[in-house]
Amino acid sequence: MKKLINDVDNVVVEQLQGMALAHPELKVNIDPHYICRAVTGDKVAVVSGGGSGHEPMHGGFVGYGMLDGACPGEVFTSPTPDQMYECAKAVENGKGVLFLVKNYTGDVMNFETAAELVAAEGIAVQSILVDDDVAVKDSLYTAGRRGVGLTVLMEKIVGAAAEAGCDLDTCADLARKVNLNGRSLGMALTSCTVPAAGKPTFELGEQEIEIGIGIHGEPGIERATMKSVDEITEILTTRILADKGYTRTIREWDRVANDWVEKELVDEDLNSGDQVIAFVNSMGGTPLSELYAVYRKLDEICTAKGITIVRNLIGPYITSLEMQGCSITLLKVDEELLKYWDAPAQTPGFVAR
Amino acid sequence: MGVKKEEIVFWLERVAEVMAANREYLTELDSAIGDADHGINMHRGFDKVKASLPEYASGDIGNILKTTGMKLMSSVGGASGPLYGTCFMRSGMALAGKEELDCADLLVLLKNCTEGIVQRGKPNPGDKTMYDVWLPSVQAYEQAASENGNNVLASLQAAVQAAREGMTATIEMLAKKGRASYLGERSVGHQDPGATSSYLMLQALLDVINT
Repeated sequence: MKKLINDVDNVVVEQLQGMALAHPELKVNIDPHYICRAVTGDKVAVVSGGGSGHEPMHGGFVGYGMLDGACPGEVFTSPTPDQMYECAKAVENGKGVLFLVKNYTGDVMNFETAAELVAAEGIAVQSILVDDDVAVKDSLYTAGRRGVGLTVLMEKIVGAAAEAGCDLDTCADLARKVNLNGRSLGMALTSCTVPAAGKPTFELGEQEIEIGIGIHGEPGIERATMKSVDEITEILTTRILADKGYTRTIREWDRVANDWVEKELVDEDLNSGDQVIAFVNSMGGTPLSELYAVYRKLDEICTAKGITIVRNLIGPYITSLEMQGCSITLLKVDEELLKYWDAPAQTPGFVAR
Repeated sequence: MGVKKEEIVFWLERVAEVMAANREYLTELDSAIGDADHGINMHRGFDKVKASLPEYASGDIGNILKTTGMKLMSSVGGASGPLYGTCFMRSGMALAGKEELDCADLLVLLKNCTEGIVQRGKPNPGDKTMYDVWLPSVQAYEQAASENGNNVLASLQAAVQAAREGMTATIEMLAKKGRASYLGERSVGHQDPGATSSYLMLQALLDVINT
């Protein structure tokens, strides 16, 4: 293992220390770990978090127009409820706290526990899941679709709505709307190495690729032989466009009952005539030049299907350490979503003017 | 014969030793069907419990269990943190003020651990999770206690026997919860790491009471 580290046990804390020095406009708390805005406005507080190793997400998206706080866990391990609780308390301003949570068993349980702790303090709280990875077919026999690329778009859009003064329920509705209109699919050319593990998370031969990879190296749909960028882009895009009616039962917090309620949610279809934001993401090790080659083919396929890409985002925003590969996210948008997408944002990892 | 407060403290220290000794084993089980961090996470969590026990070991049993749950919750991470954290916090609240546990109290402990897992993880029997250890274990304990006139040791022996069988039974199960569920059929043939750490915890309790 060759990495720029001092001690495998200190990678997260040393990263936070560096971030604090580079971004004095942020408050970086070491015990427990969280990153938040040094000054928060009179608005709904939007907080996210997850395992480290996906930078710039989430800590890099803390700032004006996006997140108020982010809680980094150990590499690829969910953060803990005390982090989320302390972070929420640090940024909450009387307008409530919205947790944006990627759908992984650990993240969901830790954030649910944190939401209960925050609610017990009399603070209005809601927790919205993002589960956009079409590599996972059903939710009945699995923990459901994983939260991947769409998370970045959700944090931008919901962050902008909170900045514009929307209340907690409106922000939560908007987050749910983003989730039900977006889909992602990723692929890996190489594995990645978690520092504490010291060896690659999975083995991939010189001529092998994994279609449908998760952002922690979870297995995908199939292991295929190496192909051209056009063929890979076509496989990913075709699967995203063919995906219909994903249905799952999730839990959201009911502030009146002071308890969790189950909700059945169904994805909106993506059809010819629709407008989308297209997001081509690097898994960390793939250069921008190759992402543009992906985007070239993606645009061609969407045009042929009558789908108009009205905005795009291309680059490494939700990564898996040094893994080579990419993911594609398509989010169907209307005027409301576009308005918040276009709103200004100023964060270490994402700037919109 | 009841379980004294000192024995509960010994138990928690013993679990820390057992998790340290099984760190590689649990991580290896997890690397087959999960994300290869269960041993690392359990070791980190119980190490923290062991290190801070001197600060809170003088409280009553309920308080000791509850504080242990809070320590686990803030140090384990992943799914096991909230699951085991809720286990200990719930049983601690149910046993508030106790300085010694009789046979019925121990059932309260096991039941609350099991209910904590249900509350947090919503598992069904056969999903290939730690619930497949706790559910048969608490059932075996309750039945044994009613048959043997509330003998703590004999009831706990029955519980641990059922826990061991439950753990082994997860090998043939198809995972429906957690990261292992993404493997579908490929999860069959591997013992569940969470079920294994749960068994180790119960075995440690028996070992402490048995000595």
